[in-house]
Formats: sequence, C-alpha cells, structure tokens
Amino acid sequence: MGIISKVHPVRSHSNAAQGGINAALQPEDSWESHAYDTVKGSDFLGDQDAIEIMCREAPEEILHLEHLGVTFHRNEEGQLGTRAFGGASAARTYYVADITGQAILHVLYEQLMKHEEVERFEEWFTTALVKDDAGRIAGAVTRNIRDGSLELFSARAVIVATGGNGQLFSPTTNALICTGDGIAMAYRAGAPLMDMEMVQYHPTTLAGLGLLITEGARGEGAHLYNAQGERFMEKYAPNKMELASRDVVSRAEQTEIDEGRGFPDGTVALDITVVPRKRIHEALREIVNVGRDFAGVDITREPIHIKPGNHYVMGGVKTDINGQTGVPGLYAAGECACISVHGGNRLGANSLLDTLIFGRRSGQHAAASGRGLPVPEPAKAELAAEREMIDSIVSRERSGRRVSELKAEMGAVMDKDCSVFRDEGRLQGALEVIKRLQEEVTTVAVDDKGSVFNQDVLGVLELQFMLDNAECTLVGALERRESRGAQFRTDFPERNDGEWLKHINLTANGDVPAVSFSEVTMTQWQPEERKY
Amino acid sequence: MSDFTLKIRRYDPESGEPAFWHEYPVDLPPERSVLDGILQIKDREDASLAIRCSCRAAICGSCGVRINGKSALACNTRISDAARRAGPGKPIVVEPMGNMPVLKDLIVDMDAVHWKKIMRVVPWLLPAGEPPEREYTVPAEAMIDVTQSMACIQCGVCVSACLSLEVDPQFVGPAALAKAYRFVGDPRDGQTEERLRDLAEDPHGIYDCTHCFACIEVCPKDVAPMSQIMRLRRRATGDFEIKDSNNGYGHERGFVNIIERWGTLHEAQVLPRSFGEGSFVKGQVKPSAVKQLAETLPTALRGLRSGKVTPKKVIVHPKLPDQARVRKVMHTIESKPRLELNLYIVGDNSGEEQGAMAEGSQEL
Repeated sequence: MGIISKVHPVRSHSNAAQGGINAALQPEDSWESHAYDTVKGSDFLGDQDAIEIMCREAPEEILHLEHLGVTFHRNEEGQLGTRAFGGASAARTYYVADITGQAILHVLYEQLMKHEEVERFEEWFTTALVKDDAGRIAGAVTRNIRDGSLELFSARAVIVATGGNGQLFSPTTNALICTGDGIAMAYRAGAPLMDMEMVQYHPTTLAGLGLLITEGARGEGAHLYNAQGERFMEKYAPNKMELASRDVVSRAEQTEIDEGRGFPDGTVALDITVVPRKRIHEALREIVNVGRDFAGVDITREPIHIKPGNHYVMGGVKTDINGQTGVPGLYAAGECACISVHGGNRLGANSLLDTLIFGRRSGQHAAASGRGLPVPEPAKAELAAEREMIDSIVSRERSGRRVSELKAEMGAVMDKDCSVFRDEGRLQGALEVIKRLQEEVTTVAVDDKGSVFNQDVLGVLELQFMLDNAECTLVGALERRESRGAQFRTDFPERNDGEWLKHINLTANGDVPAVSFSEVTMTQWQPEERKY
Repeated sequence: MSDFTLKIRRYDPESGEPAFWHEYPVDLPPERSVLDGILQIKDREDASLAIRCSCRAAICGSCGVRINGKSALACNTRISDAARRAGPGKPIVVEPMGNMPVLKDLIVDMDAVHWKKIMRVVPWLLPAGEPPEREYTVPAEAMIDVTQSMACIQCGVCVSACLSLEVDPQFVGPAALAKAYRFVGDPRDGQTEERLRDLAEDPHGIYDCTHCFACIEVCPKDVAPMSQIMRLRRRATGDFEIKDSNNGYGHERGFVNIIERWGTLHEAQVLPRSFGEGSFVKGQVKPSAVKQLAETLPTALRGLRSGKVTPKKVIVHPKLPDQARVRKVMHTIESKPRLELNLYIVGDNSGEEQGAMAEGSQEL
C-alpha cells in the first residue's frame, strides 16, 4: 500500500477547510435532519442513498477522529461543542477554531507517520493511469519531482483523491495545486464524469486574490451589507438570512453588485464586528490573520469587502457509494469524486465529511476487493509513451505564448462566463476559447530543461489536465438547460424537475465528450420548492 | 503598480555551477506578497525558478524562505514591507531557508532536517487504554491551549531561524518541540511524563533552547514555539519534578531559590545550585556536582581574568535598590496557581484585551 502525492501531504488543500465538519451527534439532532438539509442544499440533485450513508456514518467518524487526537472544540462540560453553519437546521458543525481541515489533515498525517507500513511517495507527480488489456486498472505512471525519474507503479486498485479543480478559474479560493489532475486522468482512462457544471461560488472571498473568509464568520453571527448599508439578505432569504445555502447567498450578493448596490470594487461588506472580540480570537483567529495580512483590515474593528468567488466543484468522477468509478479497480474519493452527495450545491462543512466517509469506504472496498487478485503487470509501453511526451515538451523550442499566458486566459474566461450567472452565448464563447487553448497547449515550450524540481514541465501537464476539466464543465453547463443549485442560466431561470432532475454524465470520446444521463436516487425526500 | 527588485539566490544542482545571485524586476501593487513577485518572475521571465508554493494564504506551509536574511513565508510577507526593510535603492534579497540543505533555488530538503526532527518526538497521540465510547471528556481550555501548537503548519520557518540549531544541528528544534507540547498538553495522551522525561534527558532536548525568541518572532502562525518549549520545561520541573542529567531542573530550581532568598541573582551560586538540583550545599558535596563544577573551572578562570568575576563579587554580591520588592513579587507569583494562557484565549495584545494580557503575564 502506498500514497503518491505531488506535494508533501500536509500541504494538501484540505488545510483550507476552515469552518468545520457536520455530524448529527447531539441527542436532540438526527441524521435524517442532516440528510434532509443536505438534500435540500443540493437542490434535490444529490443521490439520497449516498447522502443517507454519509449522514448516518458522520457521528462515528467524528468520534473516530476525536480518538485519533483531533483537538475539537469543547463545551463547558468538556464534551464536543458545535457551531452554526449555512443551510443547516441545527448547530451540528464540529470544529477546531477555524483550522478544522488543517487539524484533521495534520492528525491524519500523524497517524501516517505512526503506520510505517504505508509507504509514502511525497513529491511524486502522477501523469497517467494505466489499464490492463481487460480494461481493469493496473497502475500509474509517476514522476519523482526531486530527480525527474519516471516510474511505472503496479496496483490492484487505485484510489484517486486529488481534490478539486479551482485553478480553472481566476481568481479562486483554491490553492495552486488544485488543477483537477485526477479528474482528467480518470476521464482519459475512460471513467465517466458527472455534474461537472456544478461549480460552487463561495459567498465570502476577498476581491482580487480570491482568498477565503470562512462561513464560520456568518455562523458566529456576522452580517452582510450592501454599499447602501442594507442587510440585503432580508430580501433573498428572510428566514435563514446570511446562513442560507451558499448558492443562494452568492447569487444575492452578485445581484446586489450587478444592480449597482455594491462597492466600487465590485464587492459587498461582511461585518464581523458584531461577534464579540473574545469569540473572534478563540474561534476565527485565522481570518483575523487573513484580513490583516492580505486585505489590510482588522476584522474585529471594521467590515471587510468580499464577493462570491470560485471555491468548490460538486461534480467529478462518477462513483458509487463505495467509491468505484466506471473503470474496474479505479476509485475516486473527496472533491474529485461525484457520488453525488452534494448535487447542485454543497453545504458548508459537508466537504470534509464527504472526503472522510467516502475516502474510508473507498479504501475498505479497494482493499477487500483487491485482496487475492494477482499484482497486475502494466504495459511498459505506457511508461515509454509518457516519457516521450514529457521529453518532447522539454525539448521543444519556444514559438508562441508562455504557459502562464494560456492559464491566465483560461482562468479569466471561466470566471467571466461560467460563474454565478450563465447563458448559452457566453458558455459557447468560453468553450471556443478552451478548444483553442487545447490546441495551443500542444505547442507550448518551457524554460526549465532540467530534471530536478522541474516545475515548469509539470505546469504544462497540469494545464492540459485543467483544459480537459474546463471543457467538461462548459459542456455540462451548456447541456443543463435549467437553473438548479450553483448552475443559474439566465436564459433558463427556473428549475425544471420534469426534464432536468437527472445527472449529466460525460465520457471521453475523441473531440467532444459523449453526453448521457443517469437517474437521481431518491429515498424519502421528493423535490419541493427551495426556500431559506 | 510599483516597481520592485528581487535579488534571488539561484542554484541548479545539475549545472555543476555554484549558487549565484540574480536580480529580477517585478511590477506589483504594494499590498501584494513577495511570493506574488516570485510567481510573476516565473510567469513572465523564467519559469525554471523553483519554489514550493500552493495556497498563497499562509495555510499550506510550502513557501518558507529568507527575505533580507529573515526567515518567513513568502506569501504573507508584503512586498512593499520587504522593500522598505531592504532599504532605499536596495533589492529585496530572497534566499532559501537556513539550517536545511538546498535542493534547487529556493527549495530545501525538509525531510533531512525538519521531518526527521518531528519523528523524534513520537508525533502521534498515545492514549492510555481503550478510547471511551463517546468522545474523551476534557477541559475546554486544554483543547484551546493545544490548538496553538496545532496551528503549526510545518513550514520550517522557525527551524530556519533557530540559532541553537545553527550551533547544535542535533537540537530537536522549535517546530518538533512545539509538536511535542501538542501531545504533552493534550489531556488524552497517556505518556505525558515519559515524553517529558525523554525530552528533558536528551542533551539536545528542551534544555538546549537558548531562549533567543527568534522562532517566536518569525512564526507566521503565532505558534510561539519557544513558549511551548518553556511550557514543556514548566511541566517537566513543576509538575513532574524530573531531575534530568542536563541540570535543567537544577538550574531552574537554583535560579528560583536564589531570587526567593535574595531578590537578586547571585551569580557565584548559580552553577553549584544547578549541579545540586537547586541546593547550594548539595552542589558542593554531591560527587557528580563536584565533578561538573571542576569542569567549569576554565570558564570561571576566564571570567576572573577578564574582570567579569572578582573574588569580592563571588563572596559579597552587590546590592540592588529593590531586592525586597523583587522577593515579594516572586512570592506573590509562586503562591498563585500556574495559569497557561495563549493567543487563542487572550487575543492579540491590543485595545481592551490589554487588561487580560497584562493579568495573564503576571500569572505566568
């Protein structure tokens, strides 16, 4: 068993999950309530069997993490304490200040250091998944970033846990490593992707840099105001106000901004000063630092300007409730996977939960079903092909634009034409840009001709992964002619359950992905009008 | 937009050439970061310039470097601040972190130093017995307390800045010791005393820190590694009375006893008391203490020769005006229960928090 990661594992983007992790663990709460909130949050596109599993297993998962050493916040009695979060009907978010993801990631890495039987390949970059002749997964081709050597790993099962693809957009809250590598590799290997159009714009990100201000701020009571000093959420979600689901709050903000009630820098204001200072220091310390270091604002004393910004992809590699993808032996878990528990919109503090529950289930299933199988011998030709591909990039003479220029063009067009509000014309235009960039990237050259830490050539591979992601996002967004969850089509402004209560599946098929549909699994909750 | 110049230390292990300096112009709004400057160089001029980076928000811990000689994360150092500190007309100097081997350009070998040291402190929870059915019931304050160490992002900036490490590469170091406190301070851990004894007896452990504050100054997450080391010491000496062979216990007891008794530091008594577990008599008669005292003779002689120590001072320590008050303060502090406070509890030292902070430091 081994873990391959293109960065040291503690650099992974789970660090950025600030606010917490949901579980119905209190006696007065119930997993059904958590599940209903999640279904409603998903705008009824989530698969209810998967959601039920996630919400039912959540309490056990929290306790498991607690036993491993996560330093969860306690109440006065010394037991696990909660905070409120968006779209939830009970305060069921467990947290460590506003570094919950970091605390969990680092505690899990402590356990990895303890369990030396799990081999770690840190700073190894996977370039392609490899199948055997029967179409079953057989391994992966991976480059050791430290010395540039390329290896072919054999594996009975492979779990892709490579996170999201926020770098398709500029700006984004996502880290530079979130380039959708695993989504693209699984897609190229023949695994269907699902609901790729469902891209979450988080309501509170810093303008320009795109850095995240946790939803925990609103969970602790912070308010949103437009430039006229109106607490505008009254108009859009009179019951839940700032704690409506993210798609609702982001659309409200964007409407205020588009209709001229925002600040000149295209933002609205988040006022955290209503939260007691002691509580801010105890529970929101990280965003005190973010405000100070990256916006020059003391959030304990003045409002901070924020806007909706790219944050999370609900779609991804289509999997079943055990993480299995369309390719035998290939699994996906975490943000790169689409089970789907988030449907059209993910609730805050459900992402860590999804990752942990379905990561565990994938691991258990992969181990159980891989046991007894012979170790496959992936074809050496795959290794040679990848080596040739990389060598050809490195040896190419510069003839056109730089990698960074292509990436910047992609990020700008995706943020402009595939964000909170979308329409066919703009999506079509964006798709043409992406198709052009897919051509151009095959001729791009690099400055770094070496082997050691050649980040330049890896940047080209990442850009190719991202362009595949972007194409699928746009094709899905064009296909879904309705407004549901994070997808709002100004040319189809209503949710249309008659025609579109279904998942969009995309499979690699030459020039354009093949589109097919699959049913949404419903257990006990029928679609209803969604109000907060 | 403003113009800045970054002077970056480049090194390519494949070239066969030694490291060299290169200056790059960058054009950025003043509120952007040094990392943004480096990324602009990569984007526009030379993408072979290597630096680890990911989140741009001081949470992933990848981009530790030295800027104008000071260890920091490139992403949360404002480029205009760096330019100001470099001085008028001077470039912003960026080089790889210290105390760790350089692999390429701004990338150092964290595994060889930082992670090796982390492994030294047994960096996982060792609970006593089977876990309870529900969560462990622990005081809320204890969880907030260890959260300060938990806030560490393993960036290695403190390791880079540590002066003790520079002198003694075997020193366990600020990051790993802060990690150790994360377990020692965690009421769920069942090996508190064993962990403390291990780190107190290690000649490169908790008593190898020279109290220079460099790690506190550079830490981008306010983990205050040195404060965590001092907490480890207080727990080792105060709570478990671990009489270590490095004389850490003796040294602390010696200091406290001298101040309690005289209200001033009687230098001539420090060494005997340190070697004698805090007691002046023991320090003169215990065979091991006598041996250690004899070993310090050359230092004492050097002091005599330079005039730092005089025979008179050795016997009669010069009087200070407020010795009685110092003794009183000491007794007041000692009579109160020890209270550990950190930033997660009291916040930054500003505005209305000042009262709480001042009270906190008094309790400490």
